[in-house]
Amino acid sequence: MFVTTLDVLIAGLLLGGLYALIAMGLSLQYGVAKVLNVAHGEFIMLGGLTTWTLYIVFGVNPLIGIVVCGPITLIIGFIIHSTFFRHLRESIPVFGEISLLGIFIAVLPFGLNQPIVASVIIILGIVLDIVLYKTVFKRLSPSTIFNQGAFEGKSMLFSFGLVFIIQNIAFISWGPDYRSYSYMRFPVDIAGALFGANRLVTLGFALAIGLAFYIFLARTRMGKAIRAAASDATTAGLMGVNINMVLAICFGFGAAMAGVAGVLVSMCYPVNAAMGMEYTIIAIIVVALGGMGSILGSFIGGFILGIIGSIVTYFEPGLALVAYYVIFIILLLVRPKGIMGK
Amino acid sequence: MDVSGINSKKLITPGIFIVVLALLAALPFYASLYGVVLITSILMYIILTVSWTIFSGTTGYLSLATAAFFGVGIYTSAILAGQIPIVIVVILGGLVSFGVAALVGALTLRLKGVYFAMFTLGLVELIKHSLIWYEIKFTGTRGRFVIVVDNETIFWIMLGIFAVLLITTYIIRNSKYGLALQAIGEQEEAAAHSGVNVTMLKVVTFAISALFMGAAGAIMATRWTYIDPGIAFNINLSFLPVLMAIFGGMTQLFGPFLGATIIAYLEEILLTKFPYYYMLIFGVILSIVILYLPQGISGLVQKFWRRFPGGKSANT
Repeated sequence: MFVTTLDVLIAGLLLGGLYALIAMGLSLQYGVAKVLNVAHGEFIMLGGLTTWTLYIVFGVNPLIGIVVCGPITLIIGFIIHSTFFRHLRESIPVFGEISLLGIFIAVLPFGLNQPIVASVIIILGIVLDIVLYKTVFKRLSPSTIFNQGAFEGKSMLFSFGLVFIIQNIAFISWGPDYRSYSYMRFPVDIAGALFGANRLVTLGFALAIGLAFYIFLARTRMGKAIRAAASDATTAGLMGVNINMVLAICFGFGAAMAGVAGVLVSMCYPVNAAMGMEYTIIAIIVVALGGMGSILGSFIGGFILGIIGSIVTYFEPGLALVAYYVIFIILLLVRPKGIMGK
Repeated sequence: MDVSGINSKKLITPGIFIVVLALLAALPFYASLYGVVLITSILMYIILTVSWTIFSGTTGYLSLATAAFFGVGIYTSAILAGQIPIVIVVILGGLVSFGVAALVGALTLRLKGVYFAMFTLGLVELIKHSLIWYEIKFTGTRGRFVIVVDNETIFWIMLGIFAVLLITTYIIRNSKYGLALQAIGEQEEAAAHSGVNVTMLKVVTFAISALFMGAAGAIMATRWTYIDPGIAFNINLSFLPVLMAIFGGMTQLFGPFLGATIIAYLEEILLTKFPYYYMLIFGVILSIVILYLPQGISGLVQKFWRRFPGGKSANT
């Protein structure tokens, strides 16, 4: 009985580490940048599938995949925030967004084997971007009043658009199949219970990244700017914080955490292009559980949800997700601000 | 003030609707089978979008539960079809959805902003996963077969739902409840202080919008013949009405119609050939509309309309 209990608890902690990492990223995006990024899970999917490709095609160690996927998703997140979400925030078009949209549109002719048409679309997008910026957009001034409710609604809808875009580009590149590989699958004995080494690595990385990020927030100048932006972005901007930069970096960090989580997910579970939404919903539940905008809360909430999932799976395997939703519903009704919310 | 002029103007819109409905009702007699099927699915999207707009468009509560209520209708139909007449199945499908929405709404409509959106998104997945678990555990199968109904009947029933929805929307928009809903959208607390029974109104409107979604689901189930929880609670059906409504623009009654028709037609021509590209194009359209066209197409049309001399007074 003791061994079983320990077994379930440790399994919960291992699952919880992953949830904590995913939720921390979303918490950063929602808590600081105020974007409820529904496309969070898509970055996890990108990380997972990229690692799969790196391991199967190029033979790159998945742990090195973390070093590759982290920065890439960080840059993607940074660019997306500093164009589209900045536009929504300031209500004026930003240089670069039309080029990006052009690249998204150009995927269609690329897939139909018409690279010339695709290049024309991309070049047209860039030209249009430069011309419009030099003539019209430059004269517009950003709106000084920031309506948070309107921004949250719009940015959430925009991230739905991103879900469709990223998910279907992944479908086009990787197809709908489930991909998995075997890496570090040997068992490790912990107090009589056996666990895969890959699971333990996952937990280790989640803890390490969580700790590193906490130190970053508490000790560095950028961390201070992020904390200032989290409590009041407009005032922080008036105090000399380069607010667009800080918010974009936060969004990028959130995306990078999702990307790294994706690498770790792919080490333990099969991944495919449609997996994102499930993880997004889990991340949202954990963030709601931990308290909106509280990064520590998300970290703890991840482990709580992992343990609950593990216990439920032990008794009734099909019901883990259902249990999460039930917790989510009860939580929203009883304590909407979460366990660590202010 | 010229009273007769106002009256005749008021009669124009219902008049056009009646003519269009009559033309549509006769469609199976002059159009091909493909045309009938196409119009049926466009009607389905219009019903989902317009009923979504009844609640979310006016109050500003972003509901992503469309797929949940649609799916409830589908499952009602899967269980009941073949045992009782199809019209009653459709009505029951709507009523079950109405009940579920009233319950859910009463519990959750005090949540504000994104919380409500997240909750409704979770609701779809909750029902889906509970059903998958239940079907595998107790019935031993994943999906169900639905008794087939011929295409004309499906079309006419869909058109019937559409007509009732139109009348309901028209009545709500032109009654004091429509104004109260708009007041909730503008400033909920001010509305409550002006004597609007905010909670009651929100729950009832939410349930009414679910009624039509459920009815549409109940009749669509008979066209698909085989359903399982993954098909019935397809999360895309939660997003598409939002996209269609935003694309069309929600300030005008015809906005959601326009958006639903254009995008549903796009789906019809693109889905079979390029399934992934079609969703990708959706994503790009949604992004562009949110960035550059916050009022949707109808807002754009209105903007141009105002530039014409006399356009301003003609459009009131």
